Amino acid sequence: MKFGILVNEGPYTHQASDSAYHFTKAALEKGHEIYRVFFYNDGVNNGSRLTVPPQDERNIQNNWTELAEKHDLDLVVCVAAAQRRGILDENEAKRHSKNADNIAPGFRISGLGQLIETGIECDRVVAFGD
Amino acid sequence: MSAEENGAGAEDQKKFLYVNRRAPYGTIYALESLEVVLIGAAFDQDVSLAFFDDGVFQIIKGQDTAGIGMKNFSPTYRALGDYEVTKLYVEKESLEERGLTADDLMEITYEDEDDDWAEKSSVQLVSRAELSEIMAAQDVILSF
Repeated sequence: MKFGILVNEGPYTHQASDSAYHFTKAALEKGHEIYRVFFYNDGVNNGSRLTVPPQDERNIQNNWTELAEKHDLDLVVCVAAAQRRGILDENEAKRHSKNADNIAPGFRISGLGQLIETGIECDRVVAFGD
Repeated sequence: MSAEENGAGAEDQKKFLYVNRRAPYGTIYALESLEVVLIGAAFDQDVSLAFFDDGVFQIIKGQDTAGIGMKNFSPTYRALGDYEVTKLYVEKESLEERGLTADDLMEITYEDEDDDWAEKSSVQLVSRAELSEIMAAQDVILSF
């Protein structure tokens, strides 16, 4: 089956991102296709490479990045939601005259159209939120 | 876009339902849900919105946000007709549980191109049971 994943909460405060990660990993192991993982609302914060959780805890951003590298996943952060919350890639930082960017490897910033397209293209969209 | 091109039930269209269950202020979910609806309107799908639980407050009349320093985005709901988003289902029980009636809701209308551009209400009151049938008939449900 072709799945789209929507993550609507940030890391650590809510379990949503962890649950989405475990679902995505399990679906891939079962041979399903993950068309895209879309990060919206506070979910965009999962795409910051500047998180530094204690070493004996899971690193949620690293988990996503490693899963993306292993399975060539498309991790998309909504640009409008990201701008509100300070998640920028190099282009966005330049465009808004900010002196740093923080998007994590494996993530890319794009528009909400990518979420609608996910709904159109997938057999199921599974949302993880509060 | 012509009625033919935009005909509901076309084979390449999916039924998208946006579910709104939270109050308009206090969290960003209502505003960011509306942003998805507006972007999604460009994709020529069969779109409807459902308002229940505290979500019914999103389309209440006379919203005034001056005291909380936030943008009052409620006028945007009234523009949905211009985006060809014309089906807003509001759950009766949720209104009743909050002491509200249909008269407390904003007038949200659209011009029906199939009926000589007659102005019609986009808001349809439905029961909880009817809403569950509407939800069961969808392809994609996005709940914020």
